[in-house]
Amino acid sequence: MVQTTDNVLIDVQNMKKYFPVTQGVVFQKKVADIKAVDGVSFTIHKGETLGLVGESGCGKTTTGRCILQLYKVTEGDVYFEGENLCTMKSTALRSMRRRMQIIFQDPYGSLNPRMTCGNIIGEPLIVHKMVSNRNEYREQVTELLNIVGLNPYMADRYPHEFSGGQRQRIGVARALAVKPSFIVCDEPVSALDVSIQAQIINLLEELQEQFDLTYLFIAHDLSVVRHISDRIAVMYLGHIVELADRQELYENPLHPYTKALLSAVPIPDPILETTRSRIILIGDVPSPLHPPSGCVFHTRCPIAIDECSAAIPEFRNMGNDHWVACIRV
Amino acid sequence: MGTLLEVNNLKTYFFMQDGVTKAVDGISYDLQEGETLGLVGESGCGKSVSALSVMRLIAWPPGRTVEGEAIFDGEDLLKMDNNEMRRIRGNRMSMVFQEPMTSLNPVLTIGRQLTETLELHLKMDKSAARNRAAELLQMVGIPEAASRLNDYPHQFSGGMRQRVMIAMAISCNPRLIIADEPTTALDVTIQAQILELMKGLCKQLGTALIVITHNLGVVARYADRVNVMYAGKIIERGTAKEIYHNPKHPYTLGLLRSVPRLDEPKKQKLDPIEGIPPDLMNLPPGCSFRPRCHYAIDKCAVEEPLLEPVADSNRHTSACWVAGKLSAKKDT
Ligand SMILES: Nc1ncnc2c1ncn2[C@@H]1O[C@H](COP(=O)(O)OP(=O)(O)OP(=O)(O)O)[C@@H](O)[C@H]1O
Ligand SMILES: Nc1ncnc2c1ncn2[C@@H]1O[C@H](COP(=O)(O)OP(=O)(O)OP(=O)(O)O)[C@@H](O)[C@H]1O
Ligand code: SF4
Ligand SMILES: [Mg+2]
Ligand SMILES: [Mg+2]
Repeated sequence: MVQTTDNVLIDVQNMKKYFPVTQGVVFQKKVADIKAVDGVSFTIHKGETLGLVGESGCGKTTTGRCILQLYKVTEGDVYFEGENLCTMKSTALRSMRRRMQIIFQDPYGSLNPRMTCGNIIGEPLIVHKMVSNRNEYREQVTELLNIVGLNPYMADRYPHEFSGGQRQRIGVARALAVKPSFIVCDEPVSALDVSIQAQIINLLEELQEQFDLTYLFIAHDLSVVRHISDRIAVMYLGHIVELADRQELYENPLHPYTKALLSAVPIPDPILETTRSRIILIGDVPSPLHPPSGCVFHTRCPIAIDECSAAIPEFRNMGNDHWVACIRV
Repeated sequence: MGTLLEVNNLKTYFFMQDGVTKAVDGISYDLQEGETLGLVGESGCGKSVSALSVMRLIAWPPGRTVEGEAIFDGEDLLKMDNNEMRRIRGNRMSMVFQEPMTSLNPVLTIGRQLTETLELHLKMDKSAARNRAAELLQMVGIPEAASRLNDYPHQFSGGMRQRVMIAMAISCNPRLIIADEPTTALDVTIQAQILELMKGLCKQLGTALIVITHNLGVVARYADRVNVMYAGKIIERGTAKEIYHNPKHPYTLGLLRSVPRLDEPKKQKLDPIEGIPPDLMNLPPGCSFRPRCHYAIDKCAVEEPLLEPVADSNRHTSACWVAGKLSAKKDT
């Protein structure tokens, strides 16, 4: 099935990613599966930011990497402008890769410490043969540095000479170098202090406007996700449990997990805080090695009934493009 | 209610090869019995060092508290000998850290770690200590507490380990708990569990609490009063309401404007603080915040502003030459 809806850039259909757990040294026998992503479906429109929020280990990074084909999906399909990336030949995929980039959380770990800032940013230009001579290369690196708010004289410095926020700018410049249309931002501001975090968020927003970019913005901080996203997908243990417009999700959350998550996030306003209700979930998130049957949230859900453990709830559209997977709404 | 802790002009420096890091440079504050104090500020501003100094946990070399007082229950902690201090730590005051795995002993059972302090500080016998340990685990919400006493730390999840740390912190009925980023490493829903638990227990036991965090939301939700730190100093101090609804320091104002709020009605641009915090080894003259400050006047570059009462309240203090002219409303 080829998707042709004009403004859809990414279309993910029933995507699964299982990581095998093996035993034995010589004959690695598969003994179980980690169901990191277990059947997610969503679209990302051109020029929009889709936020992906959820707690540690729920499968956010895996989802992002599967879309970019950095992981081979176990099942399901990912369409980019109507073409199925999962079945694409490697040569065709290679040219698609240029259009899809990723920005990582850890600005230090993701930059090669022995390369200068200029070469880190310029490397993809050479890999994708986007410059024909030394001059063009220099020019483009200078332009990229300017775009992300770094001074071009910094091109000869090494990553350790930069602050966390500046390193994240280098990561952004590197992703931008190949003129992508889609960027997976995987916790790009989680490691930064609030004042620096705001600088990077503003930069990402400005670049989106300037270059007509589409983002998948992954974070565990719902306030940040809600700030930057047009729509938000809430993930729990490998499943997307709710997806809606940023305003709709905040004003009218339907899934009990979303409600708990919203209430758990404190708002920097002591007067308001005295009036907010709090839903405190009991217990820990189960392991993706042994996810609960049926609705994966039923072990912690305050409104679960017997039927909840029987079958995986359908992800349904409640109208207004507000999607939820819960039999009790 | 009386004053439990009074810190006066506390200075803790690190003497490094390339210079002196003034991690905490003359901070003063008080804490009332049963009060919850929030300590906020960005990475490296001296939050942890200020707490560790009060607990006398700064290791020399390279660090040393070079000046100041920390009067706890009428006695200056900084003048006590090590034995006296050891008796107070983990007994009348205790600490909860960000990473519970590093503060729990991996080769001792959870039960043993709890009973050890009970036997040492409260002079309980073995069986009484064991019963009390089970009771404590139950108080912090660990299911089947008695049977989990024989488990080792690695058999617990991150959230459960932090619960154990809290159980240890309250085990000797302390008057004060200092929690340094107690939930930063945990997931949002677990964070909420732990903070509610801690706040509830402190209220129930009448324990004062200092919460160190960079999360402005956490402070707004749980703190009675707030110290805002920048570059080794407290630059503003007041009730949570004063700090959030009537900030009187450009840095506090900047912090509040740069965090996205969950209840933000429509997409609006954040207003970040430009630049980065100063190097604590080479502080600029005058006000440390001046290079990033939109409100600076000539005086700011020469003379250091001290923490002084703001016009409408003498308990709300700010260290800024233009404090009186600031308003929380957008002005640019
Ligand atoms: N390469 C891998 N091999 C095996 N298991 C993996 C691999 N990558 C991820 N997992 C597992 O899959 C699950 C989902 O991981 P993922 O990194 O996608 O979560 P996440 O939502 O990004 O979490 P975080 O917020 O901590 O970054 C986790 O249980 C993780 O341990
Ligand atoms: N053991 C040490 N040796 C040398 N310098 C230190 C040491 N501990 C802290 N410092 C310095 O003291 C300053 C204050 O550090 P502190 O740990 O108090 O910051 P913080 O506000 O707790 O930051 P964070 O939010 O990152 O925990 C920092 O500049 C730090 O580099
Ligand atoms: S003292 Fe001056 S530089 Fe410092 S915060 Fe106030 S106005 Fe800004
Ligand atoms: Mg991740
Ligand atoms: Mg600290």
